[in-house]
Amino acid sequence: MTSIILYTVITALSIGLFAAIILYIASVKFKVYEDPLIDEVESVLPATNCGGCGYPGCRPFAEATTKAKDLADLYCTVGGMEVMEEVADIVGLTPVEHEKMIAVLRCSGSDQARAKTTEYDGALNCTLAASTYSGESGCQYGCLGMGECVDVCDFNALHMDEVTGLPVVNEHNCTACNACVEVCPKNLFELRPLGPGKKHIRIYVACMNEEKGGVAKKACDVACIGCNKCVKVCEDEAIVVENFLAYIDFEKCTNCRKCVYECPTDAILDVNFPPRKAVNPNDAKRNAEKEAKKAAKDDINLMDRVKEPVKVSETINTKKN
Amino acid sequence: MDPKLVISPSPHVHSGFSMTKMMWTVVYAMIPAWLVAVYFFGWGAIYLMGVAVASCLFFEWAISKYILKVPPSLMDGSALITGMLLALNIPTNLPIYIIIIGSLVAIGIGKMSFGGLGQNPFNPALVGRVFMLISFPAAMTTWPLPKALDFSLDGTTGATPLGIIKEGVRNGESVSDLMTQIPPLWELAIGNLGGSMGEISAIAILLGMIYMLYKYTITWHIPISMILTVFVFSGIMHWINPDLYAGPVFHLLTGGLMLGAVFMATDLVTSPMSRKGQLLFGVGAGLLTVVIRTWGAYPEGVSFAILLMNGWVPLINRYMKPKRYGKE
Amino acid sequence: MLKTFPKGGVHPADNKLSANVPIVYPEMLDNETYIIPVSQHLGKPAKVVVKRNDKVKVGTLIAEGDGFISANIHASVSGTVTKIDHQMDSSGYRRMAVSIRKTNDDWEEDIDRSEELVEEINFTAKEIIEKVKKAGVVGLGGATFPSYVKLMVPEGSKAEVLIVNGVECEPYLTADHRLMLEKGEELIIGIRILMKALEVDRAIIGIENNKEDAIEYLKDLCKNNTQISVEGLQVKYPQGGEKQLISALLKKEVPSGKIPVSIGAVVHNVGTVYSVYEAVQKNRPLIDRVVTVTGDSLAHPANYMARIGIPLNRLVALSGGFPEDTGKIISGGPMMGKALNSVDVPITKGTSGILLVADKEAKRRADYDACIRCVACVDVCPAGLEPYLLMTLGEKRLWERANDEDNMECIECGSCSYVCPSERPLLDYIRLSKTNILALKKEQLI
Repeated sequence: MTSIILYTVITALSIGLFAAIILYIASVKFKVYEDPLIDEVESVLPATNCGGCGYPGCRPFAEATTKAKDLADLYCTVGGMEVMEEVADIVGLTPVEHEKMIAVLRCSGSDQARAKTTEYDGALNCTLAASTYSGESGCQYGCLGMGECVDVCDFNALHMDEVTGLPVVNEHNCTACNACVEVCPKNLFELRPLGPGKKHIRIYVACMNEEKGGVAKKACDVACIGCNKCVKVCEDEAIVVENFLAYIDFEKCTNCRKCVYECPTDAILDVNFPPRKAVNPNDAKRNAEKEAKKAAKDDINLMDRVKEPVKVSETINTKKN
Repeated sequence: MDPKLVISPSPHVHSGFSMTKMMWTVVYAMIPAWLVAVYFFGWGAIYLMGVAVASCLFFEWAISKYILKVPPSLMDGSALITGMLLALNIPTNLPIYIIIIGSLVAIGIGKMSFGGLGQNPFNPALVGRVFMLISFPAAMTTWPLPKALDFSLDGTTGATPLGIIKEGVRNGESVSDLMTQIPPLWELAIGNLGGSMGEISAIAILLGMIYMLYKYTITWHIPISMILTVFVFSGIMHWINPDLYAGPVFHLLTGGLMLGAVFMATDLVTSPMSRKGQLLFGVGAGLLTVVIRTWGAYPEGVSFAILLMNGWVPLINRYMKPKRYGKE
Repeated sequence: MLKTFPKGGVHPADNKLSANVPIVYPEMLDNETYIIPVSQHLGKPAKVVVKRNDKVKVGTLIAEGDGFISANIHASVSGTVTKIDHQMDSSGYRRMAVSIRKTNDDWEEDIDRSEELVEEINFTAKEIIEKVKKAGVVGLGGATFPSYVKLMVPEGSKAEVLIVNGVECEPYLTADHRLMLEKGEELIIGIRILMKALEVDRAIIGIENNKEDAIEYLKDLCKNNTQISVEGLQVKYPQGGEKQLISALLKKEVPSGKIPVSIGAVVHNVGTVYSVYEAVQKNRPLIDRVVTVTGDSLAHPANYMARIGIPLNRLVALSGGFPEDTGKIISGGPMMGKALNSVDVPITKGTSGILLVADKEAKRRADYDACIRCVACVDVCPAGLEPYLLMTLGEKRLWERANDEDNMECIECGSCSYVCPSERPLLDYIRLSKTNILALKKEQLI
């Protein structure tokens, strides 16, 4: 009996010893030196691996910070300045503040503004639909409404509005990771600054239609028709019109809102501003007419839908909270 | 003309080949085997089939509705097939509660726990059967003896031919002596032997196979490779020592081989995704069957063999790819 | 036993409604506007060389091929250029096109408009290729690849056999069938021209066995010609695919990533061959093609010799107008054709047919089922792929894995989606992966 126990113990011990030796040899032989700072930096990063910083994930970003000479081009969009300060402490550099960005959808062609002319019947995927044809409405630049951007958003910052058929960006959740910008086959998303002030006001042209005015207007009520009125009214030379499409340079724009009042098709959106009021007595009447017309046409105010932050029960856990 | 034209990517037509049609083909193919069972086992076959099918359908419905919270899809026929296969795989004198537990395991664990139709790695009916075999070994191995057109409720019970051989060889008797206790081969082919309800008649099962082949629900690869492997392997064993190992034809006609090869191994969801892989799958299942029958503790090994091969399917799919056009 | 390609394939219902209707030459109406897109071929769009209000004749060059893979575009009617602007075309997008209002019937002088058959081939290989290029001939089978490029055999390979594709495996389409029956003599001369250009001494015309009259007629025409043979093939879709036809006729596979001439085969569609004849012997550029206009509820399914740029609703009107129940308009056949989003789309070089689908058949089933792993898609895939797996990878956006599983080898024949018992959109997702893999490859990420 005792011999059995003895043999068992000896066998088990020798197997253990043998394995330990192999493991030890392997750990010495295959040891790769890694900067311990990388692990440290990674531990303070949000671990979302979103790619918003331009690196494939958090670890490559951490590696880059440990090798970098300064942090001018390295910024974690998810963690923001707080995380960057921690990172800077670890690697011994000074963080550079980046403006907080947010994705905006440059299309307001809701189902109400844009009549459908065809019906899509295939796998619900924007890229696929875009390679098949131009879309259900007459506008070939506008949103296809199949929500591929929602699928790729890791932060629950996008959802499809059931009434307008357009995706809505939740500004609390959006980390400007660029996923939606890359995936949209119509290139409708743009990263723009979240905007100044407590409310984060911003103005942008919510249209990508490069057709001539007539064609664009026929396809969609809220299309930019390239009329140049906004260019004329802009005092900061922030607006350029190319291919019948206006673009507001956010670096020059001072959020004066003049273009918004001027736009005949409501293609320019002003987000988080107080309700519109006439700034120019001459405009008052015209604006009142415009508002009335708009209210009469449909009771869905796209503006409100964009402004209103969406209550998403599940928010992404970042280091911040 | 409707102002809204429909746009979809090509192709714009469909063959009309449908999952429901395939499932019903399998259901029809099982009917001959069941009718033979009704002929030999009487009421037992009818009651067993009814209980198994009803409980499988019920569990499918209840689990999709209350646990998975998806719309139940009873009409696709898959739960019906599981129920029928389960019934065909167990003896007719099984107590009702065991059948219900078996159905719960088959549908609940074998199928729904993996996400429902198309997701299960193991054949649900076999999962149910093996569960019952291990949990209720006595009940599951008390086989009713066939008695033509007898609808009385008290049948006699006895061992299956495979059980007779296994027991006998273990006790040192020779196979040729034991064969005298077994009905002649042609009666085995018709189904006049003890066993699970659906496995007794090789001819009825082959009829079902021909129907499924004709309807392109299955192809020949799995059943033929599995049956041939059993035939060849058991033939070699018999040739080496006829006193220890039974002959190849005996192996084909007894036990669940035919039922397994035609209905269980060919299960679409749990078999490999290339014809080459299916051949390998069939050969593997055949080899394991003979190995378990000859050297294992159980007299019958088809269920275990198929379940074991089911486990290999992902690996087979990974390495047995169809030949790509223009690539070596 | 007739030849066919070895792996995969399906047998959709033939529905060749217009097989016995001779080719109709539509009357040309004055003041009708023809929309001629500048991008009717694979490759770079042609550069417009006319201005608004220019007068053009039939055959006048209106857009010049831009780069190696591109093709010339000619005016198909004579009249005035009214517009050079974006117009909806069969791609589903508004793209650059030249609109010409037909006012008269002037032809460019060097075009031989006689019906006479010109048998003698008085050109060298180089001259033939130049003429084919000048005439803007592209592959009329549907891929619209510029034909002259295929005639220029690259360094290191040698063309051995010319394969003429008269398979027309798509259901409903009969354009090639009628062309073979009515222009057989021109076809044979066209084949001889192409053989001369390619310097080969063997040509095989592959025709599916459901066109027995065409097989017999062409066999009869080349019975004194030992170099050209006609081969009847088993009916199986997608036999008209270049690679499938080559493996059916030659029992050889085109290596992945290589062009067919690397194994000595050059494939041209019968429509292309006819256009080559017209271009070389008659100096007539590619200004018209045979178009099948068909559909189950269409009053008169027919084949038209249609000028490029004619609006499709004009042809449908000739066939009895849009049926009440039209739900989908397909350019091409039901298996590989493209659904159109407008009735004003012009006929282009790639339009082999217009198929009107009734609204109750236009849509797919509302919801598709789970994959039951029945292997049907793997069985029918002529490229030897595993569509079920590729679809799963596409759904999960695993583009690199899909690329490893040879997603790019898919020829988009649609057999998998056609046969799937759960009606899963297999090809949709394979296409999606293709788009994304191409984008990744462009950025050299894989």
